[in-house]
Amino acid sequence: MIETNDLSKQFNHDFWAVDAVTLTVQPGEILALLGQNGAGKTTTVRMLTALLKPTRGWARVGGYDITKNPQEIRTNVGVLTEQHGLYMRMTGIEYLEFFGEVYGLEPKLRKSRSDYLLEYFGLTEAAHRRSGEYSKGMKQKLALARALMHDPTVLLLDEPTSAMDPESAQLVRNEISRLRSSQRTIVICTHNLAEAEALADKIAIIYRGKILLSGTLDELKRDVLGPVEYEAKFANAFDAGDLELPQGVDLAFRSETSLRFRIEAPQAINPKLVHMLTTRNAPLVSFQEVPRKLEHVYLKTMADAQGVPYAV
Amino acid sequence: MRSNFRTIWMVARREFIDQFRDWRIIVPMLLLVTLFPFIADDTTRQAVNFMNRFGGDLILDNLVPFVVLVIGFFPLSFTLVVALESFVGEKERGTIEPLLSSPLEDRHMYLGKLLVGITTPLVFSYISIGIYLILVSRREVAFPSAYMLALIFLLTFAHAVLMVSSAIVISVQATTIRAANLLASFVVVPVAFLLQGETVLIFWGNEDVLWFAIVGVTLLAGLLVRLGLAHFRREYLLGREIDTINLKWIWRAFRNRFIGDAKTISEWYRMEIPVTLRQLRRPLLIVIALALVGGIVSYTWVIMNVPDYFDLTPDHVTELRTLLAENLSNLDRLGERIPAPVLFYHNARTTVAFLLLGLVSFGTLGLTLFMVNIALVGGVLGAASLVGYSPLAVFAVGLLPHGIFELSAVFLATAAMLKTGAQLVTPQADKSLGEMLLISLADWFRIFIGIAIPLLAVAAIIEIYITPRLIKIFFPVL
Repeated sequence: MIETNDLSKQFNHDFWAVDAVTLTVQPGEILALLGQNGAGKTTTVRMLTALLKPTRGWARVGGYDITKNPQEIRTNVGVLTEQHGLYMRMTGIEYLEFFGEVYGLEPKLRKSRSDYLLEYFGLTEAAHRRSGEYSKGMKQKLALARALMHDPTVLLLDEPTSAMDPESAQLVRNEISRLRSSQRTIVICTHNLAEAEALADKIAIIYRGKILLSGTLDELKRDVLGPVEYEAKFANAFDAGDLELPQGVDLAFRSETSLRFRIEAPQAINPKLVHMLTTRNAPLVSFQEVPRKLEHVYLKTMADAQGVPYAV
Repeated sequence: MRSNFRTIWMVARREFIDQFRDWRIIVPMLLLVTLFPFIADDTTRQAVNFMNRFGGDLILDNLVPFVVLVIGFFPLSFTLVVALESFVGEKERGTIEPLLSSPLEDRHMYLGKLLVGITTPLVFSYISIGIYLILVSRREVAFPSAYMLALIFLLTFAHAVLMVSSAIVISVQATTIRAANLLASFVVVPVAFLLQGETVLIFWGNEDVLWFAIVGVTLLAGLLVRLGLAHFRREYLLGREIDTINLKWIWRAFRNRFIGDAKTISEWYRMEIPVTLRQLRRPLLIVIALALVGGIVSYTWVIMNVPDYFDLTPDHVTELRTLLAENLSNLDRLGERIPAPVLFYHNARTTVAFLLLGLVSFGTLGLTLFMVNIALVGGVLGAASLVGYSPLAVFAVGLLPHGIFELSAVFLATAAMLKTGAQLVTPQADKSLGEMLLISLADWFRIFIGIAIPLLAVAAIIEIYITPRLIKIFFPVL
């Protein structure tokens, strides 16, 4: 579990890189930390790995306080850093075995873990080649394998699929999902909003060190973009006329062959609405939720924070 | 303990792998190690021919030890490359963060890298020396004794530790390799001077004096290792991306520490100065003890050794006393030749010199200079005793009146300087090396401005206008 309260970091005595971050990530949960470059994601992760001491506030990672138990935190956390950080003159297997030793794994376990991870990430054939000869994607996979080497309970992953081809990225996402189901606590920093949407249980948007928003994807959509919208499509032109809408429904958009409704409580209202349309002989082809992407939430939040208009 | 060694070795082993797979380090090192002894051997041959034609036995006798020292030093220049790369290089390549995120302890990382930085260049250095010694053994030139060679091997080792430890300190503090390379001149230039000094010691012709260099360099290297360990912090390596000098903050931090909570000067003297003085208790005791030891040793040495070199028969002593009386006849008009402000300036400058030397050597050189001054006092008293004056009377009349103020000022300033040096090499939670330096300097200036300057001013007035008169009264012959 990760808990932070008022977590803040000041640099050079006058610049707040992270300002009053309060978050909770439960075991078996993935939090995606989104934000522009320099927003404070890396500094937050570095504080959570006990690399930087907070100027204010506190955090507990895996049950340990980041200021009081840095050593325990480093033992229990797996970190994928912004840069892959490989030693280019070491082979893949040497690299993993070295970090296995650093994390205090016994030789047998080191061997089996490195063999497993190399195989899982498709690096077995390249295991005895120097990592300097690897492609970008292979380097990223090896770095991720390093982060998983000691089977940590908490994972902090900075851009885990950057530079990877689609198959490798899918492989990594599958592994992250598997780790979630084995009750790992995971934080992902990413610019890949589709990936965050696919993986994350919770999302936090950070801007200039402050958390602007956090919650589940549905909560964020509702808070930022308003109530859910549903679209009714018709086989041919349908004159809705003076359609009397049930309470809690707004007509957001109309055209000859479609109507879009903003609905506060879809589960209660949608059946009534569909019934109303069919009793008015509407040639209804489909009635479905209008997809709203995390991208819209993120861009609108950023636009609001910067005070600029946002248009989908 | 075994676990510590294993962990340090684990870090070192990885560095060794990295180093030995990097041809840019190994090839130049091999070239230097194999070619330079041959060049040095040929230079020795030419030097021997030259000396045989024009004389110069002292140089001939010590030529080989000198060349051995130089040959041993060249591969050591690689210590800088390796050590400067160790932290800041890893930071630039992005490889340091996974290592810092691991459960490795700071000291394991530090000592592992220190070990690698020292070992490889040192091994190459010894190989180079070995090749040269084999080559030079065929020549008709004085071959150094095993004792001398052992001393030079020790000195080379001390050089390696000194250079690596200082380069690692730079590597930890710098944010880029470029900055670290620029800062490296602060290592190269003093070590070059050091080498020149050691060369003088070698040509002095007395092997044993090399021990001074070995002990001095080892002490400094040890303090640098301690400084590195004290201020090596993960936060420091990752907390700063670029070097920025925040002058406002520097001034604020210094001023806040210097002034403290005082609102007026009298409050400052009542509240802040006593706090600083209390903190000086231990360093002051050390300084007083060293002063006593230095003064007594110097006094005794003069009493015991000067008679062997100097004619102290009664006639000559009388001659000396007459000469002294002539020279000091105008003592009571000293103020006309040396105005009190000049003396004050001289003493204040010497006190600042203690600080500056102390800062670059963590207190050791400042303390050495202080001891030299105290030894001079002991020596003068010893000399006075030899020519028949009571050392106690000379001390009480010629030194004590102004010395109460002057020595108090110098002792306190030296104790503050010693505390500054000790603070720099002591781990301080949540404080960077720069912050520690600012705090220590502010503390030193508290003592210097608040106590030493007023005391030195009073001492200068007494020394010029009162002490000479007292001497005249108590020693009428002068």
